[in-house]
Amino acid sequence: MVPLSYYLVLSGILFACGVTGFLIKRNIITIFMSIELMLNGVNLSFVAFAAHWHALSGQIFVFFVMVVAAAEAAVGLAIIIAVYRTRETLNVDKVNLLKL
Amino acid sequence: MTPNLHLWIIPVLALTGAAINGFFGKKFSRQVVAGVALAFCGAAFAKALVVAMQFSSLSLPYTETLSPWIQFSGFQVDFAFYLDQLSFVMLLIVTGVGFLIHVYSVGYMWDDPSFYRFFTYLNLFMFFMLTLILANNYLQMFIGWEGVGLASYLLIGFWFTKDSAASAGKKAFIVNRIGDFGFLIALFLIIQHFGSLTFTEVFSKVAPLAPETASAGLLTAIGILLMVGACGKSAQIPLYVWLPDAMEGPTPVSALIHAATMVTAGVYMVSRSHVIFERAPMALTVVAIIGTLTALFAATIGITQTDIKKVLAYSTVSQLGYMFIACGAAAFSAGIFHLMTHAFFKGLLFLGAGSVIHAVGGEQDMRKMGGLRSKIPWTFWTVTIGTIAIAGIPPFAGFFSKDEILWKAYQANWVYWLVGLVTAFITSFYMFRMWFLTFFGEYKGEAGGHDHQGSHGHGHGHGGVHESPMVMLVPLIILAVLSIVGGFVGVPEALGGSNHFEKFLEPVFSGAGTEVAGELSQHANHSTELAFTGISVLVALCGLGLAWLLYLKKPQLPQRIADSMGSLYRAVFNKYYVDEIYAALFVKPLLLGSTNILWKGVDQGVIDATLDGSATGAREVSDSVRHMQSGNLRSYAGWIAAGAAVVIIYMIWVGR
Repeated sequence: MVPLSYYLVLSGILFACGVTGFLIKRNIITIFMSIELMLNGVNLSFVAFAAHWHALSGQIFVFFVMVVAAAEAAVGLAIIIAVYRTRETLNVDKVNLLKL
Repeated sequence: MTPNLHLWIIPVLALTGAAINGFFGKKFSRQVVAGVALAFCGAAFAKALVVAMQFSSLSLPYTETLSPWIQFSGFQVDFAFYLDQLSFVMLLIVTGVGFLIHVYSVGYMWDDPSFYRFFTYLNLFMFFMLTLILANNYLQMFIGWEGVGLASYLLIGFWFTKDSAASAGKKAFIVNRIGDFGFLIALFLIIQHFGSLTFTEVFSKVAPLAPETASAGLLTAIGILLMVGACGKSAQIPLYVWLPDAMEGPTPVSALIHAATMVTAGVYMVSRSHVIFERAPMALTVVAIIGTLTALFAATIGITQTDIKKVLAYSTVSQLGYMFIACGAAAFSAGIFHLMTHAFFKGLLFLGAGSVIHAVGGEQDMRKMGGLRSKIPWTFWTVTIGTIAIAGIPPFAGFFSKDEILWKAYQANWVYWLVGLVTAFITSFYMFRMWFLTFFGEYKGEAGGHDHQGSHGHGHGHGGVHESPMVMLVPLIILAVLSIVGGFVGVPEALGGSNHFEKFLEPVFSGAGTEVAGELSQHANHSTELAFTGISVLVALCGLGLAWLLYLKKPQLPQRIADSMGSLYRAVFNKYYVDEIYAALFVKPLLLGSTNILWKGVDQGVIDATLDGSATGAREVSDSVRHMQSGNLRSYAGWIAAGAAVVIIYMIWVGR
């Protein structure tokens, strides 16, 4: 039986990777993937706790997160395509028309 | 059973006239405005005459209570009107002279673009003045007192586009505030010690008190503070400075407010409070001293003035001083008598001066007049009557009243009499000086007159010196007749009369003079009084003679005298530098203090600085924090991550 702490450390590492990628990457696709990474890091800790405490609520939360993430991916990718079509770049620093 | 007189109608009529002209006058033609003003003012006069006809059947004093005004535990002030012989005399003077001056104003102000505004203010003044004299308590009197001050301010500054007029209005208002302050304190003292402001109640509580013989006491304090109020309104030393400047107003205003009615409110108020003053000999002395000083002081200034209205203004101040001498000698009926005759002849003189100014196209400098006698005969003759009346030459009105005052003053203290006599001489001198300068000799103005576009509203072309229209002359003539016969109501017994006026007012002033001047008058006999009368007539004739010598016989002499007098002449000519002294002593320090401490120190330094400082502070804080909101999405995410890290570290290390 793998101890709970292993799962949590892995979950932390995944989340930290996601945050780092989100902060330092400029490509919008990579940022998007980093967000997915953070979500899945959190998902991992949810299921780990659910297994540890023998409670189903954690797993149900994971389903919710996955559903939201799927919806987000659909909408997000659509936006990305639209952005690419109009601006011909995926660099977020250049998508700054609304900036003062 | 006294019938209900409905006295309230009288002031309300004047107010209605003011309201109609004030709200709708702009759309009315001049004829309608004049009609409304005259109708309501005339109706007030008619109502006063109706009261006069019922007068003998009245049981006086008569009180008419409309409704309670202020009520709380044991203290009550009503809206109420009060009629006794004193307020009856004032009522007739104010409505009568007021109506005549309204008539005159129609002619005088006809060309003024703000015709309706003038009559609105004039009617408003009538309302407040009538409230003042018909009040049955000090508070209602105070309302009228302040109201006439307001009307006076509005009318002095009537031509407010002229700087000097606007500042003269402000000066009058501010100087009057000082007097009102004293009046108010006196009212507070009365409330505190007598628990009422109604005349009859206060006086019935004061009456049993013994005269405050020694120095100070409550009644003395009240009396002196009331006198401070009277000094402001009636232009006595040290608060007289506003009245000469008030001549910036239209001439009918000078006649009505600053000669005949409003400025006599102080005399009326002191006479009304005679019960208090009689029991405070100290306060009476103060009144008399202020009166004598003012009478002499203002008269000497009057000698050197060259502006025809300024001469009359200083003369008014001086004559008001006479009235206060009378009050100070506890001869209140003599003071009111002089008030009445003064209203006639000074109103006449001002209107006459207005007619002269009108005739020469707005010129007020007497040195540029002269020789007007034959050109404006009606004005000449009426002004002549007024001049003789004020100089105190029998049998004109001023003679009787002034003689009465001098006689009563002598009984109180011979110093008052002596100063009064000297003043009578000076009065006669400067009045005849004005008369000679204006009407005799050669005409020294610009030939043919000029189209005067200035402040006096005579915008139309003047075809040379011309007589005023009938609407201006009729009031002059009526006032002239009153100036001739007005004195006969008070012919003293020494001259074979029976002094009806004093007897008429006796119920009001019963007991007046018995404490102070009473003993002397018992012993004084009629031959002494006749001798005094002879002296004052002689003095008046001397003044006439001197004026004739200096200004008609040898017109180059005054300049030589002025040159030889040097600095003294300059001091008098510059009104003893009183305005300058006040400016240096009070106005400049106040202005400096207000500028540097209140304006730049408190207002800008504390209040503005606090508000500005908080605004600047908020902006500076926002300025520095604003950089966090860069619009860079990843920096936001970084802040979120950093915040989350802080929370986690806190939970791990501290929160466990």
